Amino acid sequence: MPLTDSLRDDILASVPSLRAFAISLSGNGDRADDLVQETLLRAIANIDSFQPGSNLPAWLFTILRNLFRSDYRKRRREVEDAEGNYAKTLKTQPAQNAHLEFEEFRNALDKLPQDQREALILVGASGFSYEDAAAICGCAVGTIKSRVNRARSKLSALLYVDGAEDFGPDETVRAVIGGNGG
Amino acid sequence: MKEVKKQGGLNAEIQSRIGHQLRAMYDDVVRQGVPDRFAELIRKLDGPEAAAAQIDETAKTDGRD
Repeated sequence: MPLTDSLRDDILASVPSLRAFAISLSGNGDRADDLVQETLLRAIANIDSFQPGSNLPAWLFTILRNLFRSDYRKRRREVEDAEGNYAKTLKTQPAQNAHLEFEEFRNALDKLPQDQREALILVGASGFSYEDAAAICGCAVGTIKSRVNRARSKLSALLYVDGAEDFGPDETVRAVIGGNGG
Repeated sequence: MKEVKKQGGLNAEIQSRIGHQLRAMYDDVVRQGVPDRFAELIRKLDGPEAAAAQIDETAKTDGRD
């Protein structure tokens, strides 16, 4: 459909949640905003293929998710940079205890396999239905449900259950823990 | 994948905490609203051609590896 003023407004209204999705996926504020910018450009460049009346946020999230994944294939995830940059995106610094808890959560989220992390964020934070999340990720509804369940299960193990080491950090995380950053 | 087998109540409480933390992290960014750069970007693009041109330009000047 053509880029009408009302469509511009609707796209703009999706920007805050697109940023939240990008930051949750990438853990890096600067890179997240680059992703959002690229998403907006591609959405407008391909606006003719958007079906009027269909779910605009889901369409925009699909573009961002695909961009993130192609970017991910090009360069390794910058785990070592995640915390610092994310903290910079916060307007108010949380109190010390809350901040530690927040970092712990962020670290645990980063340890999830990408498929599980994106499914959990889409359903648990963005508020998409399982059906919309499946459409965004290009997989079956049952697959999304199972990824969300596995993500929740792994997060509880990492955050709240002894013996979380059973799951083991992935190689990149291990390299960072070993001081092999930069 | 190893499942967390705990008392139903405890597991439900943990799941509710995880849900809360996830939304707190996400909503913190949502509350920041629309940064000026994005409002300006959307305002200044006339249509698909302008956006496509900017994508090409970014690809050319992008100094990343």
